[in-house]
Amino acid sequence: MATMDEPLYPIAVLIDELKNDDIQLRLNSIRRLSTIARALGEERTRKELIPFLSENNDDDDEVLLAMAEELGGFIPYVGGVEHAHVLLPPLETLCTVEETCVRDKAVESLCRVGSQMRESDLVDSFIPLVKRLAAGEWFTARVSACGLFHVAYLSAPDMLRTELRSIYSQLCQDDMPMVRRAAATNLGKFAATVEPTHLKTDIVSMFEDLTQDDQDSVRLLAVEGCAALGKLLEPQDCVAHILPVIVNFSQDKSWRVRYMVANQLYELCEAVGLESTRMDLVPAYVRLLRDNEAEVRIAAAGKVTKFCRIVNPELALQHILPCVKELSSDSSQHVRSSLASVIMGMAPVLGKDATIEQLLPIFLSLLKDEFPDVRLNIISKLDQVNQVIGIDLLSQSLLPAIVELAEDRHWRVRLAIIEYMPLLASQLGIGFFDEKLGALCMQWLQDKVYSIRDAAANNLKRLAEEFGPEWAMQHIIPQVLEMVKNPHYLYRMTVLQAISLLAPVLGAEITCSTLLPVIVNASKDRVPNIKFNVAKVLQAMIPIVDQSVVDKTVRPALVDLTEDPDVDVRFYAIQALNSMDNVMMST
Amino acid sequence: MTLIHASNSPAVSPPLEWKLSQVFGDKLPGEDVHDVDVISAIDFDQSGDHIAVGDGGGRVIIFEKTGGKDDFGDLSQSSRFHLEKLDGAIPDFPKYHYKTEFQSHAPEFDSLKSIDIGEKINKVRWCAAPNRSLSILSANDKTIKLWKVMEQKNHTLKGIKLSQSIISENALLAEKSFNDGETPDPFDAHSPELTRNTENEASSSDDGNCDIVYLEDSSVSRCRRVYAHAHEFSINAISVNSDWETFLSSDDLRINLWNVEVSNQCFNIIDMKPAVMEDLVEVITGAEFHPSHCNVLAYSSSRGFIRIVDLRKSALCDHSATILKDLTHGPKSFFTEIINSITDMKFANDGRHFISRDFMNLKLWDMHMNAGPVAIYKIHESLRPKLSDLYDNDTIFDKFECCLSRDKLTFATGSYSNQVRVFSYGSGNEAGVTIDATTNTNRKPYARTTTRARRRPSLGNLARGIYRQGHDNHSTGITETASASSYDVNSKLLHLAWHPSTNLIAFAAGNRLLTYHA
Repeated sequence: MATMDEPLYPIAVLIDELKNDDIQLRLNSIRRLSTIARALGEERTRKELIPFLSENNDDDDEVLLAMAEELGGFIPYVGGVEHAHVLLPPLETLCTVEETCVRDKAVESLCRVGSQMRESDLVDSFIPLVKRLAAGEWFTARVSACGLFHVAYLSAPDMLRTELRSIYSQLCQDDMPMVRRAAATNLGKFAATVEPTHLKTDIVSMFEDLTQDDQDSVRLLAVEGCAALGKLLEPQDCVAHILPVIVNFSQDKSWRVRYMVANQLYELCEAVGLESTRMDLVPAYVRLLRDNEAEVRIAAAGKVTKFCRIVNPELALQHILPCVKELSSDSSQHVRSSLASVIMGMAPVLGKDATIEQLLPIFLSLLKDEFPDVRLNIISKLDQVNQVIGIDLLSQSLLPAIVELAEDRHWRVRLAIIEYMPLLASQLGIGFFDEKLGALCMQWLQDKVYSIRDAAANNLKRLAEEFGPEWAMQHIIPQVLEMVKNPHYLYRMTVLQAISLLAPVLGAEITCSTLLPVIVNASKDRVPNIKFNVAKVLQAMIPIVDQSVVDKTVRPALVDLTEDPDVDVRFYAIQALNSMDNVMMST
Repeated sequence: MTLIHASNSPAVSPPLEWKLSQVFGDKLPGEDVHDVDVISAIDFDQSGDHIAVGDGGGRVIIFEKTGGKDDFGDLSQSSRFHLEKLDGAIPDFPKYHYKTEFQSHAPEFDSLKSIDIGEKINKVRWCAAPNRSLSILSANDKTIKLWKVMEQKNHTLKGIKLSQSIISENALLAEKSFNDGETPDPFDAHSPELTRNTENEASSSDDGNCDIVYLEDSSVSRCRRVYAHAHEFSINAISVNSDWETFLSSDDLRINLWNVEVSNQCFNIIDMKPAVMEDLVEVITGAEFHPSHCNVLAYSSSRGFIRIVDLRKSALCDHSATILKDLTHGPKSFFTEIINSITDMKFANDGRHFISRDFMNLKLWDMHMNAGPVAIYKIHESLRPKLSDLYDNDTIFDKFECCLSRDKLTFATGSYSNQVRVFSYGSGNEAGVTIDATTNTNRKPYARTTTRARRRPSLGNLARGIYRQGHDNHSTGITETASASSYDVNSKLLHLAWHPSTNLIAFAAGNRLLTYHA
């Protein structure tokens, strides 16, 4: 009996906590619902746990969300697919709560359960549930219903299919805009399950209704459905039904709708085929690139590369590139920034000649942009252009931009450019880097802002990895070690930080011969902060250097520090010594 | 009363006859009205089944239509309702009873700016009801909150339990306990207890989550979202969009657009703040979405302008507005600017007209006519000689609201001496009807015998529902002309709302809520 108690007791606690006052405990229990179910067994899960959960529908949203999620994977615990239908009632209730994320999760779980159910069960219990929700008094139920049709439709017999389609079409015309929004959102998924014959008639007419909705919020969700629906239809039907809609949308009165079109347009190019793209979509896209509203231009500019990849280079050169040129001097910095983040990707699409001739001037003007984000976006994608035109052409204009960013007033900008240094180094090559950027990397070590100094030290490490220890010995170490004489203790600390990062990269030999003496020297610093950092660095050196060096150099230095008047220094020195002993014990 | 418009409709319908329907929150003799009890906001929900009232103490009180589908309790109430119906004296006008209340906002101190933030509710607005619960937005000067009001757990649970066939098994299980190791069967000994104990439930109410307010009545209120830190100045309006997805909040200089689901970010759509505050010439006094066009928004300013903005045109709406202004000002004086400031505006349901209120007048506008208002109804012309007195005691800054009926162009607005003026466009009766809401006449108080403990002594007034039936023969003095000479600035009637479908107005006189029907 005692052995039985052991595993059961925690279960009892879990079950008890399902009713606990503390939400955290309830949440814990709900997250381990499967454990509870396994312990209860299939039958009791069906007869007790699930009904209990069905009642428990006015709990905190967080608990309901967890419950909705758990129930989605609950089929094994209620006795397999033949009993899956018992999961529907609690999920149905969750489909009507006011919190959207709970409803969404409940719908998702219903779909999971529904897609595993036997066909007969679907007809007997799942489809009636969908119909109940769709006829629900409150909009929440009807909203949830929209997300279930695609599961219900596949296994429904013909009669029911007709009914389901007509119910969906009613939902598309619901009084409440949130229901129409849900219908628009799910139309693509539903359409994917509908037979091609009905697709052309029923679904397309629902789609057309939605595209003429008064509410902007409904129309812009209909835009999202365009691409999905377009891919389902035959190209000629797509051209006949979807293309006019999207062209209309691209001139919609609402900038939010046009914004959506700008985001989605490239996806539709494939669906309508090349000819229609050339005739209709390219002009529409060009209009969007020249839209009055900056938000629309931001979206359109952000998709310029993707769009160019789909249409052929000739069209891109002829129609898109002139707009890109205009955008590069757009009045909104956000438009320029959005363009800068993708424009590098156009280089491979256009090929070398066009890139040098047309794109390069745009790169260069963006590199000189007054807004740092624009310049950063260009620099971050440098590798893409490099492959096409080579660094030589770029380097001349690149360098001033980099130097300017490196000395930018805003430390976040400096931080961002430091992050790109290793990338730049690999693209530019050793020679160029040494000549132009090496000094910058050292300069950052003495920045006024800690984050920059910290990033600079890290940057040195990454450069050492890139170019190897020998290069580091020549170009980094002397300068870094020189700085240890800096009168300001914060800068000396940066040196220690850099050393501790560089040591693992440079290896035992260089560490012992060059770095270690400097560290040991620093242990005699007058500032306690330096000294306890020395203790920390020494601790980090232990695994890198040989045991003999540890005994000869590291240990005496640490022992000295344990007699320091400052309590922190003693603390870290003792900590380092202890870890040294531990390492020895284990070896 | 002079009118701008040419009143040429010969078929003059007789003016509505307004009758007192209900009074909530009457004072007992000798009771003082505290500032915290003064009603500061009123709104009807879509169906008209509920009224939400905000007060100076940061509370939101909800009244529910008696005999509505959500009403289960209070048999005496509904039987009286039946009697009244049988009586045949009044047609089917909705009656309301106190449903619940909750503390929406509490006084705060902004330690960065060293200012006190009062708890007074500036606006309440209903959201679409997602299920059996109700959804309400309430705002004080800085923060907007979304509240959910639902029937309390115990009640719903009982209902569910009875309908479950599993109940017997659950009950069996419930009798077993865990700590009893001596029961022969180990499995049964550890039968988890799954039934909910309703007593536990009640005690679990105070589960440390301070957002949940449990009251003695059967409703629970829970704060679902807090939309904070977006307003530097005092919020003067919130308005829910017809897409039921977004709402706006406006303060003196900015209007922000929120998604109801997202409380951590909002979009600034209008910013009137000049680079240098010395250049400030006008402030926003209110804003409202169009009742059916989701993209149209109107906001009013202290200069008496109304700007209509199309959100479709651009993301920032500072510059793309149609301005409607009334250029026919009377003689300029020191007070002109103050009395021109628009204190409230509301769209008519036809989507084309709207009304605005300033200190002196109620104006009817047509969106298609920006040359001036369609009609001007003078409310406080008699006060014009006394403006300097009113300025001295700050009364001139009183913010009177206005409201209009859903089906036709009939509007109401408040005044001093607890008076409400009702006008009908094209009715021929330009003077309108004055309702005198002074309720010092012979009344029949019906103190409801509830055992509710009163949380704060003064608050009971509203809840207790001292109650007067609509058809008793009191003399509420519905007069055809306002008494011009006497006005009582201490009994001003600022806030009022029109029932969405019938001719019923709810208004706040001090701490009392009154409903009138016609």
